[in-house]
Parts: sequence; C-alpha cells; structure tokens
Amino acid sequence: MAEPTNANAPEAFQNDPRVPDELKNNVFITSLDKIYNWGRKRSVWPMLFGLACCAIEMIATAASRHDLARFGWELMRASPRQADLMIVSGTVTKKMIPQIVRLYNQMPEPRYVIAMGACATAGGPFKEGYNVVSGVDKFIPVDVYITGCPPRPEALLHSFIKLQEKIEKQSLRNVPWYQKGEEDVVPVPVLGPDLVDLRRAQEIKEKAAQAAPAQEQPAA
Amino acid sequence: MAEETTNPTPAETPAAPKAAPAAKPASPAPAGAAKAAPAAAAAKPAAAKPAGHAAPKGPPLATLTPELLQLQQQFGENVITPAPYVGVLVNDLSKLRDVMTYVRDQLGFDMLANATAVDYIKEGYIEVVYHPQRSKGGQPITLKVRVPRGNDPVAPTEVAVPSLTPIYAGAEFQEREIYDMYGVRFEGHPDLRRILTWEGFYGWPLRKDWHEPYYEGDTKPFDSRWPSGHHQLAEERVPWEDNVNYPPGFDPLNFNANPDAGLYDSMASGVPGLAVESNGHAPQPKGVGAAVPVLDRNYNNLADDEELRTDQIIVNMGPQHPSTHGVLRMVVKLDGEMVTDLKLVLGYLHRNHEKIGERNTWLHNIPYTDRLDYICGLANELGYVITVEKMMGIKPTERAEYLRVIMAELTRIESHFWAIGFLLNDLGAFYTPALYFITERDLILDLFEAVTGSRLMCNYMRFGGVSRDFTEAQIMQARELAFERIPRKIDELEQLLTDNEIIKARTIGVGYLPAERSINYSLTGPCLRAAGVPYDIRRVDPYSIYDRFDFEIPVFYGADVYDRYRVRVAEMRQSLRIVQQALNQLDQTKPGDIQAGKKAYNHRVPAGEAYGRVETPKGELGFYLVSDGGQNPYRYHVRSSSFINLNSLKEMTVGHKVADAVVILGSLDIVLGEVDR
Repeated sequence: MAEPTNANAPEAFQNDPRVPDELKNNVFITSLDKIYNWGRKRSVWPMLFGLACCAIEMIATAASRHDLARFGWELMRASPRQADLMIVSGTVTKKMIPQIVRLYNQMPEPRYVIAMGACATAGGPFKEGYNVVSGVDKFIPVDVYITGCPPRPEALLHSFIKLQEKIEKQSLRNVPWYQKGEEDVVPVPVLGPDLVDLRRAQEIKEKAAQAAPAQEQPAA
Repeated sequence: MAEETTNPTPAETPAAPKAAPAAKPASPAPAGAAKAAPAAAAAKPAAAKPAGHAAPKGPPLATLTPELLQLQQQFGENVITPAPYVGVLVNDLSKLRDVMTYVRDQLGFDMLANATAVDYIKEGYIEVVYHPQRSKGGQPITLKVRVPRGNDPVAPTEVAVPSLTPIYAGAEFQEREIYDMYGVRFEGHPDLRRILTWEGFYGWPLRKDWHEPYYEGDTKPFDSRWPSGHHQLAEERVPWEDNVNYPPGFDPLNFNANPDAGLYDSMASGVPGLAVESNGHAPQPKGVGAAVPVLDRNYNNLADDEELRTDQIIVNMGPQHPSTHGVLRMVVKLDGEMVTDLKLVLGYLHRNHEKIGERNTWLHNIPYTDRLDYICGLANELGYVITVEKMMGIKPTERAEYLRVIMAELTRIESHFWAIGFLLNDLGAFYTPALYFITERDLILDLFEAVTGSRLMCNYMRFGGVSRDFTEAQIMQARELAFERIPRKIDELEQLLTDNEIIKARTIGVGYLPAERSINYSLTGPCLRAAGVPYDIRRVDPYSIYDRFDFEIPVFYGADVYDRYRVRVAEMRQSLRIVQQALNQLDQTKPGDIQAGKKAYNHRVPAGEAYGRVETPKGELGFYLVSDGGQNPYRYHVRSSSFINLNSLKEMTVGHKVADAVVILGSLDIVLGEVDR
C-alpha cells in the first residue's frame, strides 16, 4: 500500500479559503480503511505461546538475527486479552485443544491465527497419533498457514507479511467485529473418552449408536 | 533350568503357567521368536543354567551376569529365572519389593534408570521391565515381571504389580506412564492416575490390540502407500471423519467429563509423598542449601491451629504460561507466596511417539527422534542409532564416529546456551542474556544446516554411519566455531553471569536436593552432577568413541540452581575440548567414508531386545527396543530424562516462594517434546 501523501489531496481542499495556509501542506487525506489498516498491520501483538518444536523457531525469529521488531510485532504478550495474533507453533494435541480454543475465545477482536508448520496445519508427521488433532483449523479459523517442519524463521516472517497483506484488504464496512449480533465464540471441546467437539454432538451420538466402530474389532 | 522352574505361585503370576507345562516355562517367546535363530547363536545359553535347555525353538535365555547370579542365589531359582535375551524374570510378584530392595541395598543398583512395559499379545501377558543401575557407573541390569493382560481393551489388569515408589522415588511417573499406556495397576502407588492422556480416556493406547482412529495396519510400509497402492484419506476410515473414536453407544450430550479427576483431591487431602520428620517439620536441607527457607510449620495440621489460620490457595500455572518452558502445567498450592505442594499435569504435548514408533520401520524413527527433545535433535538420533546398531551388531566407520561426536557435542553446547539463556529469563533478566546466546546458537545451527540441510530436525545419523560428510569449508566453519568464537563467548558469558550478585542471591541454595535423594529420584544429567555425583554416561558406560578423548566430567556440590548453572558452563567447555580434539583427529580418517555397509531403506533387526543410552544435554536418554526380527520395532520405548527428572521437582520446590518454583523448573531444563513424547 502506498503511504498516504498530500499529493492525493483534492483540488478543492487546496483551494478552500477556510483551510489555513500552514495546514495546506501538512494534511494527509486518505480513506478511513487505509489509515485504520495501516496502523493495525504494523502493531500486531502476538501471544507469547509456544506448543512444540516450532516455538523454538518462533523464538529464533524474535531474536536478533531475524528480528521480528522490524515489523512492529515484537511485543509478545502472555495474556490473550492483550494479544491480536495467535501463532499456533507446534503439534496441537487433544489434551491441549480445549486450552487453545479457550485462549482464542479470550482474545479480543480483531484477532488472527497463524498455523505454523505441518503439525498445526494438518497434524504433520504425528497425524496418525491418537492424541493429535489433525490441524488447528478443525476448531479455530486460521488466516495463514506455513509449511515446514519446522518452518524456518524466514518462513514465519513471510507469513507475517502475508498476514499484513490480508489485514490491508479488510474493510471497516464488513469486518466481523463491527457487525451487530453475538460474537462468534467457538465452543470449547471437552475431553471425554476421546475429544468431543460439541458442535458435532448430535452427529457423534447418532454414529456411536450405530454398529461398533473400527476400534472394537479384535486384534489380528 | 526349564525343568526346575515350576511356578511357585500360580495365582500370582498366571502368565507363566501358560507355558509351565511345556518344556520351557521361563521363556514364552516374544512374537516372531521363530526368527531368533541368528540371535540364538550369538547369545549362548547361560552357563549358570543346568543342562536341559535344549528347547527346539524359542528365544535364547539370557546369560546371567554375576550380580544377577547373586540375586538368583539369594532368592532361589524359582523366583529368579533367566528371561529371554536379557535379564531375569521375577516370577513371584509378592517378592518383587524384596528383590528390588536387595538390588538397591546389597547390589548397589541405587537408581531406577528405566521402567517400562511390553505387551506380548500372543503370549497373553504384559511384561514390566525395570532397568536399575548404579550411580557409580556400569551397565544397568534388567528385571522383568509378567502380569496377564486380559482381553478387555478398557479394563486395567486384574493383577496388580507392587509399586516400587517406596524403593525408588523415580518410579512414580514411570509407573503412572505404564498404567496410562498399558493399564497395568500398581499396588501402593501414591497417586496412580493417567499421566499422558487424561482421566476417562478410552482404552490403553500402547496395547497391541488398541488401535488409534486412523489405524491402517500394524506396521509400515502400508500397502496403500506403495506406488501401486490404493490411497485413502485417513479420515475416510473413521465414521466420524476425524481423528476420534468413541465407545459404542457414547452420548456426547450426557457424559461425565472430568479429565482432572483426582488431581485436586490428591492435593486437598494432606500431602502424600512429602516427607515429614518426627517433629512435624519438613526435613532441613544441609550443606550449601542451608540458606533455603524451609517449611517451619506442618501444613497438614495447620487448619487445627486457630491462631495461625491462613488460607491456602491452589494455583494452576500453565499449560499456557510464559515460564513453564512449553505446555507444562504445574498445580501449586500456596500459603501466601510459599509453595506447600506441587503437582504436575503432563501430556499436553503427548504426540504418541511410541505408538507411531512401533508402526514405523526402524529407519523411519530417526527423524522422529529429532522431535523428541527438539533443542538437541542430533543427540537423540545418536542414542537411537547406537541402540539399533547394538542389536544389529554393526559398527559405524571411523569418520562417521568422529562426525557423530562433533555433532553431538556441538548440540550440547547449543542446548546449554539455550538452557542458560532461559534460566536467566526465568530469573527476570528478560530476554537480554537469551538474545546473546541465541545469536551464538544460530551460528552452530548454521553449521548444522550446511551439513544436514536443516537447522533443528537434522535427520543426520544412519545405522552404521551418517548421511553426509563435512566438506572442507564446513570443517573450517566448525574449527572457527570451536577454536575461536565459542570459547570467547563462553568466557564472556561467565564474566557477565557467574559472579553476578543478583544471580547468586536468587540461585544459591534454591532448589536444593541432596545427592542421595537425587539418585533415588533417578535424576540424571547436569542436575545430578551439580549434586556431586560424577555420573555421565560418556564416562560410566562409554559409547561411540568417547573413550578416545581427553575430557573431564564437571562436578559441583551445591545441588542448587547456581551449581546447575555452573555445571552447564563447565560442560560447554569440556564439550569444546572434545570437539577440538575430534576436529584435529578428523583428518586421520578417510573423507567420504561415512557409511558402513551399503545404504538400505529397510533394515531387519535380529530378534532380541536392547537398552541403549547416551548422555544428552538433559541427562540420560535411553531407548528400550524389542525386535521380533521384522522391519519394525515390536516395542519402542524412550527413557526420557526430562520426564524422569520432573519426578524430583516437587521435593525441590516445596518450601520455596512461587517465584523460585519457576527458577527451579528452569534449572531442570526440561523440553516438553521429550517429557510428553
């Protein structure tokens, strides 16, 4: 996005006698969307929250060589209430997903999610594990996915730039957090005999009532 | 042997009678025993056993070491019989504690290195395997007990194994893990709950007849994955189209979910496990740790004391907490700021390493070991490959040995940089020291990346060698690091930190755990050496080519956070010495000669079992592997030092302020990937 400059100032403004002379060259005119997004995209505060191996690369990204601070994103907050961005950096397990969903719900809008690495995207090398969620997007919406196991710091930086591009394209007119109605809260999954996604409770009940699942077949 | 071993107490060990009428009661075969012929030739029948071991098939019985012979003489040949391949079977569960007490007190195996279990489904029993070892060094011994496994996938075993927690405090988490994974009950365990999964989880995941939702086959490579195979999404195999599985008739709208069942109860009702001396006080630390603020009240009786009534609150730290080094959850009971009890809730990063590892081929597992302790992946790989090499009986080439040592020791330096940086973080020196060390660490990772292609997950070692040789430029890069840059930076580190007043004030005497308790808790690694025990696998049970290098095992005696820090600094210097010597000797080896034998995708490992271990930066990393002679491990167990070191966290922490709890945890230097696996 081009920076707002007074070159764009309309002719009418320049010639308006009510505008004092000293202001004429000091006023920038832009759209509200642009100035709003311009500010937002440069001050995203990620949540200080690491899950697994990818968190190590996330820390390396924040450290001096890769220097996240160049993007205005260096202020990692440990509290979800102060964070705008959740970087899901590692394998999402069934035991952990209730906490992740709760943290996501506690983040104020506007909020963004980056799924860092193969595990957070789709389960990665641990997908077949019985305690692994096949991607954090089964529960919370994801804005940017990064490949890699783990992604290099440069890949994480790339995802930030992609997220900045996404923020730039948002408009005040239709962003969800200025819409009327209830806030969209993801129900926190429950740990029962296995992870229970309450949004699918009815479906689970019906299928569980049917014939015995694959689990029940005797050993070979 | 076979003839004499009539089972003494059939009711106690119903596993053995299955085989007792046959000629060979002591050795029901692990699966695939028929393929054991080559191993049979290698491990000759035990000299101690009387003639009659002329069984036509079945795995060979172990040769008894002098310690085990002594044990057998003490308890009789009915109780102690040689087990298949390695170690002895304790046939009488009621005598297990006596046997283990004898092993600890008379034989001197004062440390329970490893406890795990194996599900022999064909034979119908679960074998619990113990590896006690001596803190003075030497090989561990192997003791096994058997319990019938039962056929119900969700019920725990009917026969309980006596818990070893009164003998080895380090058994606590390991027994909980066995219970969690196999459903083996332990009688007398102070807090037998699930540890890696959650209360209410359906089934016992590591049992061979328990299948994960995405189950495709018992072993890889799966037929569908071959080029001609019929691919199918894992989700399509599950009725719920997701990685979940519910018992038949499960009603998600009406069930009782309490994943923390028993957790708070165990804290509310007294403090199990906290040693209280006869005067009602907690034991006084002695020696350097005398500065520790200690419990001066017996908190169990506090409620009765009208004048001193204070509220105790329970605080959950984690799993999302900036100071818990990952997704660890500490539940602390606080009186004011004083920690009066502490429980750990683990498993938030339980990635089913062992279940996946038993499906994988032997080679498949190497990249997975990188992800165990993801700070020091190369050290983990070394542990796995030398264990498998031990079973296969192959030896890597000279050059590969040197490359492995260089990589493993650079990993140690890199990991200690990280550990010290984040210990300082926990002390409140927020990020500045860590940033210095991450800079140095990145330089080491650059070398890893140049050689292996990856910064963290290197996937470098192979059975019998390594995957890539160093080029001349990379050797120069390593020399620059080892001779110039890192020594200078370690000096700088010491100059800034070691005599720093704040660090001393915050760490000296904090987290004191004396040597005897540390050993009893199976503590390993820098934390044990900071308590004055010179226990380092590189020296006590040398592997690879560590016997060729001139280096010392740094030992300090304070047993507190400060000395754990100093041990790490001193170890970095010793690691540098090793790397320098290895780099100097590297040109005596043949360039390019990095793989013994020819490269293979599929390795067949002779039937047998092995417990191999290495000294990683965190402590003793062990692999307990059982092979049935096929392409896949029958049992793949990781003895994780981070996990077992956490046993002692409570005793180190109780009596300190909550801010110190964070520091003590930092000084243990855990990595959650290895804790939860």
